[in-house]
Amino acid sequence: MGSIFTILISTIFVNNYVFAKFLGICPFLGVSSKMETATGMGVAVTFVTTLASIVTFIIQKYILDVLGLGYLQTIAFILVIASLVQFVEMAIKKMSPTLYNALGVYLPLITTNCVVLGVAILNIQEGYTLIETIISAVGASLGFFLALVLMAGVREKLELADIPEALVGFPITLIATGLMSIAFSGFAGLV
Amino acid sequence: MTDIIYPVVVLGGLGSAFGIILAIASKVFFVPTDPKVEQLQNVLPGANCGACGFPGCAGLAQALADGKAPVNACSVGGQKVADLVAGILGTEAEAVEKQVAVVLCQGDCDKAKDKFIYEGIQDCRIASRLSDGQKACSFGCTGCGTCYNVCQFDAIEMVNGIAVIDREKCTACKKCIEVCPKKIIELVPYDNHAIVKCKSEDPGKVVRGNCSIGCIGCQICVKNCPSNAFAFENNLAKINYDKCTNCMICVEKCPTKAIVNPVKEESLAN
Repeated sequence: MGSIFTILISTIFVNNYVFAKFLGICPFLGVSSKMETATGMGVAVTFVTTLASIVTFIIQKYILDVLGLGYLQTIAFILVIASLVQFVEMAIKKMSPTLYNALGVYLPLITTNCVVLGVAILNIQEGYTLIETIISAVGASLGFFLALVLMAGVREKLELADIPEALVGFPITLIATGLMSIAFSGFAGLV
Repeated sequence: MTDIIYPVVVLGGLGSAFGIILAIASKVFFVPTDPKVEQLQNVLPGANCGACGFPGCAGLAQALADGKAPVNACSVGGQKVADLVAGILGTEAEAVEKQVAVVLCQGDCDKAKDKFIYEGIQDCRIASRLSDGQKACSFGCTGCGTCYNVCQFDAIEMVNGIAVIDREKCTACKKCIEVCPKKIIELVPYDNHAIVKCKSEDPGKVVRGNCSIGCIGCQICVKNCPSNAFAFENNLAKINYDKCTNCMICVEKCPTKAIVNPVKEESLAN
């Protein structure tokens, strides 16, 4: 139990994928301008990352490891994630139109989200069991969710702030991201 | 040799397995989409302004196809779009009563007095938080131009400290109405020619002290209106636009000129 809790806290705060590992910066900057889109993206990422981690874990353990093909990991995982996202999109569209509308355009965007691939690969590297993998994936995506929502809050305030002209837009966003990253390094000794 | 064959077989196998699964899934999870939705989307203005209450033009197109929205739901497109939509859906278009947004305040820099000089962030939402804005009248336009910034159709101008909406350019998308912290922008029928351009609920004496063009609640308009279109509540005259016959008696009689004829105003300006 202890290790599961440690993994959860570690992936959400200490090793936050956006602020500590610098993965998934592109969707982080892309959809964090409004709280509404940030939440949509966060939920979609949580969903896909968890599913993808389970499937990649099985593929790694029962196909790649057995045949000694560990070096195919990256390409095999990309294949898995891309088709999984496609599959999930189709399945949701049919089974739950409400959920489909809520996730909307964010699902296909996740295909190229490096957080999903990063989590899958790092889980294997850490040598986690299936349950630890799931916890780690959930934690990682919650961390991503947290980063997005925090940033959306900051950016909604920035809209109204009086910013020097040269910094308006992305520059100030990147500065804010950097400051937040420094703030998150305060969690470093926690686990 | 196995070094080459295994990876090829594994990746090829995975690839084709996923391919087959996706192919089956696309058959199993096939969702028929209404071809009308796409046609409707092409007809709609595409500004995604949200005035109809649906999420963007795509959302409205879906709602129209499902019969959940009236054909004239798009106030921006007006009669033209309503006719096209009706054509696609095969129903008759109901007449759209054209509406325009009007700023119900005329207290510009010359006519309304200021309480203090505001030099903060130029945003009405922020300015109005500071003791109800810099104007002595707590109901008036703060004049920071938040509605001007939000208007997608270039219909709002800031003239001498208040917002003025161009009747011809306004599409009644309600963006400015939502954003105005003072709630002084309202939709009025385009054909209506008498408008009470004041929202002050202060007693007449206070209004007189604050602004030379506000409604002082004298009720002359109420007494003189031949069609009983006026209601009087909270020290403020209100026109029932359904009853108004555009006789313009109120516009002539109003002692402070708080009731105006927007059409006449424009012809004077030109």
